Parts: sequence; structure tokens; C-alpha cells
Amino acid sequence: MFNKPRTTAILLALPLTAFILVTFVAPLGSMFMRSLYDPLVADIMPGTVAALAQWDGTGLPSEQVYALAARELERAREERTIGKLATRLNRDTSGLRSVITRTGRALKRKGGAPWSESLPTLHAAWGEPAIWQALARTGARVTPVYYLNAVDLTFDGSGAIVRQPEERRIYATLFIKTLRVSLTITLLCLIIGYPVAYLIAQAPPRQGRLLLVLVLVPFWTSLLVRTTSWIVLLQQQGVVNDLLVWLGLAPDDQRLTMIHNMTGTLVAMTYVLAPFMILPLYSVMRGIPAVQMQAAASLGASWPRAFYRVYLPQSLPGVGAGCLLVFILAIGYYITPALVGGQSGQLISNFIAYHIQTSLNWGLAAALGCVLFVAVLLLFLLYDRVLGIDRMRLG
Amino acid sequence: MNTIKPSICLSETSKNALRGIFRGAFLTTLAALSATIPAGAQDHDFITVVSWGGSYARASVKAHHERFEQETGIQIKLDEYNGGLAQIRAQAETGNVSWDVVDMQAGDTLLGCDEGLLETVDEDTLPAAPDGTPAAADFLDVYDVECGAKSLVYSTVYAYHDDRFPEHKPTTMADFFDLDKFPGRRGMRRAPNANLEFALVADGVPASQVYEVLSDAEGVARALRKLDSIKDQVVWWEAGAQPPQMLADGEVVMSTAYNGRIFNAWALEGQPLTIVWDGQVQAITYQVIVAGTSKLELARQFVAFATATRSLANITRYISYGPLRHSSIALVDKHEETGVAMGPHMPNAAQNIANAVHEDPDWWADNQDEMNERFAAWLIK
Repeated sequence: MFNKPRTTAILLALPLTAFILVTFVAPLGSMFMRSLYDPLVADIMPGTVAALAQWDGTGLPSEQVYALAARELERAREERTIGKLATRLNRDTSGLRSVITRTGRALKRKGGAPWSESLPTLHAAWGEPAIWQALARTGARVTPVYYLNAVDLTFDGSGAIVRQPEERRIYATLFIKTLRVSLTITLLCLIIGYPVAYLIAQAPPRQGRLLLVLVLVPFWTSLLVRTTSWIVLLQQQGVVNDLLVWLGLAPDDQRLTMIHNMTGTLVAMTYVLAPFMILPLYSVMRGIPAVQMQAAASLGASWPRAFYRVYLPQSLPGVGAGCLLVFILAIGYYITPALVGGQSGQLISNFIAYHIQTSLNWGLAAALGCVLFVAVLLLFLLYDRVLGIDRMRLG
Repeated sequence: MNTIKPSICLSETSKNALRGIFRGAFLTTLAALSATIPAGAQDHDFITVVSWGGSYARASVKAHHERFEQETGIQIKLDEYNGGLAQIRAQAETGNVSWDVVDMQAGDTLLGCDEGLLETVDEDTLPAAPDGTPAAADFLDVYDVECGAKSLVYSTVYAYHDDRFPEHKPTTMADFFDLDKFPGRRGMRRAPNANLEFALVADGVPASQVYEVLSDAEGVARALRKLDSIKDQVVWWEAGAQPPQMLADGEVVMSTAYNGRIFNAWALEGQPLTIVWDGQVQAITYQVIVAGTSKLELARQFVAFATATRSLANITRYISYGPLRHSSIALVDKHEETGVAMGPHMPNAAQNIANAVHEDPDWWADNQDEMNERFAAWLIK
């Protein structure tokens, strides 16, 4: 009948479920949609796109297609959607923007049947197959083109998948760079974090708490404040350079460039992410009984040997958790590289932001985001296969 | 001992990044909220006018915002941006238009108009010159758009710090790219715009043929090769206020910049900066109205006021940007604060236009996306 505890449980879980749906599932879903589904051209020029589906892709289409295109361009101009159409086509082939907008402007004054003759007089591009191929390509509602672009591939005129011309290849390089930087940062965090966590775990409770607070206070401080404080430290007229010059280690006119480049990104991100390494490590290390090391020593093991055979294996779940946390956070990091990365220190997320905010190519931004998402997911699965996710301990 | 002095000096780049982050977060929130919350009652006693910040915004305020407020009783809320259509697009898509009038570059005006983001502006509705010449005849015959009132011509030039070159001074665009004759770091805007033109002019292309060469497949590669020759000496800037600062700080010995910003640093702050006009890239700004504004009539009133003869002439009393009305050019006189004669400092003054490139908004509208991509690929190479 009426199961009261169960209803209560469902009701209690409802806000959280709704929250996850609204803030996590829905945005991810809509982003995924955007990266694949692009109905713009098909919506503005439905007749032309449908007619072009019958076209063999070589030579020029029939008068009927020309007439449809002319009518739909004129309507787009009246409804002021022609600019969006032009932008979309221009993304496919640079130069089509002005073909579309100029044709739109001249259509009423100078156009007329037969359209296969009058359209090319408005703009010579209508007499070439390229623009029709572009219309056919972009007319598909579901398109893999954003994913192709996200890995530096594209369609050529005949619809075959080819690599982007060399001068336009960015994203594959950036993905690899982002992975490399994230791995470097993870490694740096581990090298810095392990001894710190060890120290905190080994220290007497009072000092241990103090050390832990020293880790936590910056962790609780605003990310922006911590990032910009690195600018104060590392800039050319900054504290570190002043110190080096004062000590005579660097001449005044050759101050080191340590910020607004990759060095800045590495330093600041390692610093910002270090607590995510230290905290899981510490919580695991705290659970390792100190007597075990003493027992190993009393059985004749030197300290390095005891550490290697007894302590290190037991701390591995913490290492795994810390590395996974730091790596996944680093791979999507955006604010710190944007502030201190200059040009060479930009990562893939900065370009996603660029396409969202500046170029307004949201399809490409979504595809880049999805590629990143899948990459993280794969790494996570790999981690699970190799180390086992159930062995991970976050504290 | 006082050698170590920590100072917080957030660079313009970082500030822009911060602004971008906040803007992004804000827009997302806005987009999420505006779907559910009905627009409240609009306050009709003010309009939001968006300009480029810094000394240019200051010039606009002094030249006509203050007078507009006094004469009409309508308050102006000043906002600033760094070009582009992203914010307007977001406002249009969320149906929450908060900007009314924007000071906009030609390329953006063209795109915004085609995308239906901007209201059309009919030149016949703009005020005539004091002598009765209708507005359409009074405006200079430069790039016509449907959705904007012609306002000013500005130019991207390069300038150098006098103290860095005590003997030989740079005089041509080629000198900017000559690291042997003029060693030292250079500032350039982190965008392909104007830089491609500069590179070709420096490479020997006549100013009038720059876009012809760029339209050729080989042309952009040629420009990037020329930029390659100074790439490792370039410090990239984003906001117009940065170059005078970088020159004054000695971070760079020369930098590309908007001519008005250099003029103001020179005239108002006494910085020893000199503009090299050779190869300048001239561009045009318009006053545009954001489509969907609830204050269309007030916005039209402001645009007519801001592009009237007296307002455009007044701008030249505060910054060296050229008015696009014949009747305003006749009124160009002295700098308000320093008394410097403004004529010779105008981008379109006779002695400055010998080798001037006139920005081609059509070419940029067609190629902006591809150039951004190629420029980004070139930068990280």
C-alpha cells in the first residue's frame, strides 16, 4: 500500500536529483546537441537544401534549384536571418559571407528568371560548384563537421574527410599540449605534495594541525587572489626578479620572464592544485600505523628500504586519488592560464572560452568540450582498469 | 634598504581575462535567469551608451554626453567593451537588451546589421549641417552602412619612445620590422587585424594594394612570414590603453596603437612618444542602436545628437580622431586642455595620409574567422 518511509526517501532525494538534472545533465545534453545538431541552413533554406540532396555534387544544379535559392535568400533578407546564414556558410568557406549578403542586397533590384543566368551576374560565385557544395554540406541538420574541426580535420569540396591545411591546424596540438601540461602539473604536485603530506602525517598532533592549517588556508582563499598574487611575485618588476637583481644573480636589464608564458601557467597551476594532492595523501598516510615502520627498522630494514617496502605501497591509494583529482582539474583549467598564461601558456579550455565568447562558434566550442569530456572519461576508465577505482581513497 | 618593493600591477591582459571570466559567468547566469523572470518595469529616464573606455570614452563624455544630459534631462549610463558582437548577440538571444547605443567598428556594424542585431539608421533623419547642407551630403563619402551613423575615423599606427632612439628615429613601417636598425621589444595587438596590413606594407606592398595581395592565397602567408621575423620580440596587447603604458614603462621600445591614445599620453601626460604615420591603417566607427531596445526613440535622439556637427567637432578637442562630417572638420581647432593645434594630429590630415591603408570592412567580415584561426595557429607555433 502506501510505503511511507520510501516516499519520504524519494521526496528527500528529489531536490538533489532536480539540481543534478538542471545543473549537470541538461547543460551537458544541450552542449552535446549543439556539437552535432546544426539546423540553421536547413531552416533558412529548406527547399534549396532538399533539392540539393538530389544533386550529384558535380557541375551546376538545375534552374529549379537556382530559383528556390533565390526565393529563399530573398525571404531570409526580409526576415533578417540572412546574416546568420552568411556567418554559418562563411565558417565553412571563407568569403561566402559577402557572396550571400551582397546577393541578398542586389536580388530584388537585379535578379529575375532565369535564375541560373541572373544569380551568377549578381556574384560570380553562383556560377561555380563550390557554393552549392557548401550549401549541401552545411544543409545537413546532423553534422560531424564540428568534431572534425575539433581534431583539425575538415571536408573537402567533394565531401571527403581531409586534414585541415597546415596553417589552420591548432586543436590537435592544443589537446596534446593540454595533456602534457596536465601530466607535468600532476607530477610536480606529487613531488611537492608527497613530502608535505608525509611531514604532516608524521608530525606530533599540535604541529601537524598547524601544518594542515597552512595548507588549508590558501586552499580556502579565492582562486583569483592566489593567481594574481603570482603575478605580483613573478612579473618583471616583481618580487622575485627584484630579489634576484638585489642579490646580483640577474642583471637589471635582463630580468627573467616568468609570467604570461608557460612557466607562469605551470607554477601557478601547480600551486593552486597542490592541496588537491596533499589532502588525499594526508588522509591515507594518517591511517598507516607508525609502528609498522618501527617494526621494519627493528627487523633490520634501513629507512629507505622500510619506506619503499612498507610505507609507500600503503600510501599508493592516496597517490592515485591525488593524481586523478589534480589531473582532471588541470585538464579543464581555465582561469589560471587565462590570467598568467600569456600566449604560449593557453590551454584548450581557453580556446573553448574564445569560441563561446568571441567567435561565437558554439558548435565548435561544444565539440571541443565533448572531446575533452570523452578524453577525461577514457582516462578515468583507464585508471579504473589499471589501479581500480575502489582502491582510491579521498579521505 | 628599499630595493624590494612588492607592488600589485595587474596587467591589462589579466584584467581583460578577468573581465572575460566575469562576463562569461554573468552571461550564462543571465541566459538562465531571463527565461524565467519577466522583464521588470523599464526606467525611461536613462539610456545605456557603450564605448571603448579610457581616454576615448572620456572624450565622448566631455564632448557630448554631458551636454546631452543637460539639454535633454536624460541620464547616460556609460559602459565599455572591446569590440565584437558577443555581448549584443547574448542580449538578443536572451531577450534582455540592456545596451541602447554602441560605438562600433565598421566590420562589426556590417555583421550586426546582417544578423538583425542592429536597428537601421536613416541618414536623412540625422541633423543637417549648420549651413543647411543635408546630413547625407555633409558626411564624408566613406564606407556606407545601413545600421549606423558615421562618427569618426581613427587609425592604428605605431609609435616609439623618443628616449629609446636618441639618434636615428624610425620613420617607415619597414623600420618597425627592422630589428637590426632598431633593436628592442615591440608591442602589437593580439589580433590579426591591422597587423597583416602592417606586415605587407613593411614588405613593400603599396598601401592601396594590401587587400588585393591578402585575397591571394599566398598573401596571408607572406604577411605571417614577415611577422615571423619579429615574433620573438613582440609583446601582445589587447586593450587600447595598454600601448602608451607599455611604452612609458619601457616594456617595449615601440608599439602599434590607436593614434588617439598615443596623442593623449603625449599631450596630457607629457610622455615623449612619437607617432609614425607611414602605413597607418585607417578605420571608421559608427554610432549604432541595438535592435530590441525598449528605448528606441531615446536612442535615436542620442545618435542624432552624438553625430551632429558640433558633437563630432567637440570630440577633437579631447582626442585626435577625425570627424566624418565636412562641417565638423572645418571646426577642428585646439586641444581643450593643452591648446595644441589638433589639425596635424588627425589621421586624415594631408601630411599623414601619404601611405595610409584604408581598412576594408568587407574583406575583414569575410575573413575574420579564418584569420583569427590562422593567427592563433601561428601564435602557438
